[in-house]
Amino acid sequence: MTTATKWHIGFALLLLATALVVGSLAAFAFLLPDGIALIPFRQLRPIHVSAALFWIISGATAGLVHFKRVEFGETRGSILYTGFLVLWIGTILAVFGFYAVNQYGGREYWEFPPLLAIPLLFAWLLLMADYFRAWLKRTPDPPLYVWMWSTGLLFFLITFIEQNLYQIPWFRDNYLREITVQWKSNGSMVGAWNQMIYGTALYLMVKLSGDEGIARGRKVFIFWFLGLSNLMFNWGHHIYNVPTAGWIRHVAYGISMAEWIFLINIIQGFRAKMTEQRIHRNIITYRFLLASEFWVFLNLILALLMSIPAINRYTHGTHITVAHAMGTTIGINTMILLASIGTMLGMDALPDKERRWIKIGRRITTVSLLVFWFALIAAGLLKGYRSVALGMTDFQAMMQPVNNVLYVFAYAGLGVLLGLGIVVWAYFNRLLQPSS
Amino acid sequence: MRTVWIILFIAFAGYTALVYTNGDAGRMEPATAQVRAGMDTWQQQNCASCHQLYGLGGYMGPDLTNEYQRAGEERMRAFMRYGSGRMPALELNDAEIDDLIAFLAWVDRTGSSQVSPENVHWSGTYLIKPTTP
Repeated sequence: MTTATKWHIGFALLLLATALVVGSLAAFAFLLPDGIALIPFRQLRPIHVSAALFWIISGATAGLVHFKRVEFGETRGSILYTGFLVLWIGTILAVFGFYAVNQYGGREYWEFPPLLAIPLLFAWLLLMADYFRAWLKRTPDPPLYVWMWSTGLLFFLITFIEQNLYQIPWFRDNYLREITVQWKSNGSMVGAWNQMIYGTALYLMVKLSGDEGIARGRKVFIFWFLGLSNLMFNWGHHIYNVPTAGWIRHVAYGISMAEWIFLINIIQGFRAKMTEQRIHRNIITYRFLLASEFWVFLNLILALLMSIPAINRYTHGTHITVAHAMGTTIGINTMILLASIGTMLGMDALPDKERRWIKIGRRITTVSLLVFWFALIAAGLLKGYRSVALGMTDFQAMMQPVNNVLYVFAYAGLGVLLGLGIVVWAYFNRLLQPSS
Repeated sequence: MRTVWIILFIAFAGYTALVYTNGDAGRMEPATAQVRAGMDTWQQQNCASCHQLYGLGGYMGPDLTNEYQRAGEERMRAFMRYGSGRMPALELNDAEIDDLIAFLAWVDRTGSSQVSPENVHWSGTYLIKPTTP
């Protein structure tokens, strides 16, 4: 592993630790606004969201760069990659600097001043140049994970630019267009980083099983194209209630219902998974990948239900949306990224005593995240029922019982902090060892 | 595989163009200079951290899509100036408050954040009839 990759991993883990600590503080600041007077919720939320967002993207790119180097047979580091890393880390640190002095851009997910999007864009272009330079030299007929990495990189660029189109008056002067384009890009961008992360998950499964067939053949590509269609056209579920043209809703609804096929496929593959589990149960990478599949299953059911407009009417704008976001970012993305980073750091080569801590951390995370996730769903159901079915308009009165449920969520969040904190600690220790 | 990928990409590009040009169902009330200034204030104050517009944003305070209609201008002005409970006093000057109210009134005129039961089709989708601003 190159020194640059070590910095990349270290920075990504630091972002995860920040997201966890600040997320827990934000949860309690939400419930007790006067209790944590040092940093108000208004400031904690953007720090948490940006740290989590950049953890996912930094973790995804760290895996992608490292494994593509192995896959494409590169032996030396690249100046393009180093340039990306310097610009990327420097800009993200600047983002937190701006939050510290209460300077915001006020866009969902991208809450920093918009000027900082420029160095981030340049950093991404450097990363793409590094990747596609190597990609062009490789042999034809790439396996699916290479397609996924390439597609993820390209679509992140497209959606990142799209996310900033609101700077052009033609987009922002029409509110319906502004909100539609904003959520089109946000929705597809999630699909873009999922392409990078799931590509790495597939790569790891191929290496674990030694079966290249997992990433080749008609069936896997058909499923991938189905997923890619979702990335491109499924974003409309974010704005079902916005009075846009009806076909935006109908296209999103139709495409998202194709996801039932994924669900059926997961259920069909359950038996094979049980056999696989017996073989690989002691491998850290595998256990994290397996945990992510469990969360794919739960979140897919939730996503399918939320994608039906008649149900979305009750769930939209409630904590069920947060449950879905947290379930996917922690349960799926973070688990895969920890599998990926664990492989890069060679965690399976560690003595049993040290590996045991990772196992404990993962178990605490899974149990806490389940409580956390169900508490958010319960809170969302309560809010949806009170606001839509009962038609309550007094916000404070409507939220009173919801906030009681959210205490369960906040305390379970401490469990997630503890569980993932143990894993991050173990990874940091390994990263700092000269042999890593 | 490459052909399928290219076809999908072209479909995505075409759909994107369609969304940009016709996604608003032909409804548009152009933003005035004051509305634009209000939108800037909304973003600089990071209001979306606590509030939602069309159910998108934070969860600390109420959805403000139709607050202009529901609460009225004076009540909104008081909240912005003095804060209340969980809402901090934002230390905005009079012009900024006017801009923010103009922005929220503009958003309010685009439609309702809650879909009424009559708009739910038997197939599960919505059929929202656009209202002329």
